[in-house]
Formats: sequence, structure tokens, C-alpha cells
Amino acid sequence: MSDILEVAGRKLNSRLIIGTGKYETYEQNAKAAEAAGAEMVTVAVRRVNLTDKDKPLLVDYLDPEKYLYLPNTAGCFTAEDAIRTLRLAREAGGWELVKLEVLSDQKTLYPDMEETLRAAKLLIKEGFDVMVYCSDDPVYARKLEDAGCCAIMPLGSLIGSGLGIMNPVNIRLIVEQSSVPVIVDAGVGTASDAASAMELGCDGVLMNTAIAEAKDPILMASAMKHAVIAGREAYLAGRMPKKRYADPSSPLAGLI
Amino acid sequence: MDITVNGEEKRFEAPLTVAGLLDALELAPRKIAVERNLEIVPKSLFTQTALADGDRIEIVQFVGGG
Repeated sequence: MSDILEVAGRKLNSRLIIGTGKYETYEQNAKAAEAAGAEMVTVAVRRVNLTDKDKPLLVDYLDPEKYLYLPNTAGCFTAEDAIRTLRLAREAGGWELVKLEVLSDQKTLYPDMEETLRAAKLLIKEGFDVMVYCSDDPVYARKLEDAGCCAIMPLGSLIGSGLGIMNPVNIRLIVEQSSVPVIVDAGVGTASDAASAMELGCDGVLMNTAIAEAKDPILMASAMKHAVIAGREAYLAGRMPKKRYADPSSPLAGLI
Repeated sequence: MDITVNGEEKRFEAPLTVAGLLDALELAPRKIAVERNLEIVPKSLFTQTALADGDRIEIVQFVGGG
């Protein structure tokens, strides 16, 4: 069965997108990406280290020819910072597909939706394909889609918190109203969280810390791969209705 | 002339282009981007873009991030 995730014309077989931060080494990161079966990875844009040129480079471990790089704007707190960062990313990589996140404060890293929407509009005008990190507010999600974002990426819970999907009702509302892919971004802690997101009908899951800070990141990457597939298949299969009382699975007729 | 590169003050002999600066810093132009005084310098213009005293240069690359 072909079940492709299409974002801004790019076709992905894997619905699990992983971050490349917080790993002990890029080598471990590469092994986790392999185990996760990921085809898209998020990356950050940072100053080149001028003093220590022997530091390992991400591109030497995660080949941009093999993995679709999704540059992010992590650490940006204004639309202007985010746009500046993504213009540099476009120049460095040569592609328009980006992840926009405009944060509000260091403690929660909660997305500043007013700035996010403003940045999204400006970036789309400049020709970027914008996958957007956002709150789980269906109203802002709709505004972002109307502005032309190519994927809506609501938080499950705070970045790096591992608290899971805190508001499944809102996530489902966003899924129901959206005609572009909805990808839960942030908050996944373990495999069941990823499966839950997919069972709600999300088109994909983006995670970093859940894998990178597991005791065994590579095994967790594999678990997440299976969780996303399981959740997706369960969603497509359509779950049974919930009932208040028991309903025997064995026939009552012929009982001795 | 004095140029600020990634926040560090550095002194270079004029004339110097962006390509010359990358050479002097021993940086390969692979998967990096350069910003001069908040304006992107396209890779195709590295050899033609002359730097001036007081320029603020940012040289960035992709690193691990979530």
C-alpha cells in the first residue's frame, strides 16, 4: 500500500521527521536517523566556528543528498530574526522548504503566534515553502493555512518536555479543518505519544529530544518508527467504537 | 582594514573579496552562506564582492538542531 506524505510537492515515504540536536555525537545521530527510517531531518543555522575548524560537520554524517534538510529558526524570537536566518539557510542549502518557529520566551519556548503569522506571510511572499511550528489553537492554524503555509505543525506539548499530546481535542480539530499536512511537532516523549498523534489523524510527527535523550537513542528511534506506522495504520483502519460495558468476543450460542 | 567576522574583530590587507576572506579563514564554500552588513552575498558573487573597512560579516552553516 502506498501511503505517501506530500509536503509542498516533496514526497516522503516516512511520516517521522527527526531533529538533529542534543545527540552525543553526529555519528549517533546518523545511526538514529537510519533506525528511524527518517527521510527528512531538521537542522539549525549557526555561525561557522572560526577557531576550531576540525570540529565534525553535520553534512559529513547526515548526507543532504540522502536526507531532506529542513532548516529551522530555533532561537528566533522575532519575525525579522527568523526571516534573516531562513534567507541564510536558503543560500547555504539552495532549497525553499523551511521550518518556521518564532518563540515567545526561553522558559516555555511557546510559539509567539502573532509574530509567527507575520513571518509566515513575509516568507511566503519571498517564495519560501513554510512548514510552521504553532500552538494547538485551531484559529491560528487556519490563519496560517490561509496565509499559504505548506504544513501546519502544532505542538503536542512544550519543546523538549516529553509530556505527550496535551490537547488531543484541539489537534483533532486542526486535522479536520486542514487541507495541508498536519504534523505534531514537539512534546512527544515516548512511542505511545507518537502513535496517539497519528491515531488522531496527523500526517506525521516531528521529534528530537524523545529520541536523543532516550537511554538508547537508536533503539528509541526504531520504536518511534514502528509507533508512527502503527498509529497511521490504526487511523486508516478506523478504530472500533468505545463502549461502556463488556461485549463478549466468543459466541454465546452453543455454550455448554 | 578591520572587519567583524561572526562577532570577532579581524584585520586584513585590502583589497579583499568574500572569496579571499573565505580562503584566508580556510573555509570551503561548501554549504555555507555569507551575509555582509545584513545582506546575503550569493555564492556566485563571492569572487566579485569587495569588502570594506568596518564590514560586518556573518558566515553560517547547518548544524544539528531540532
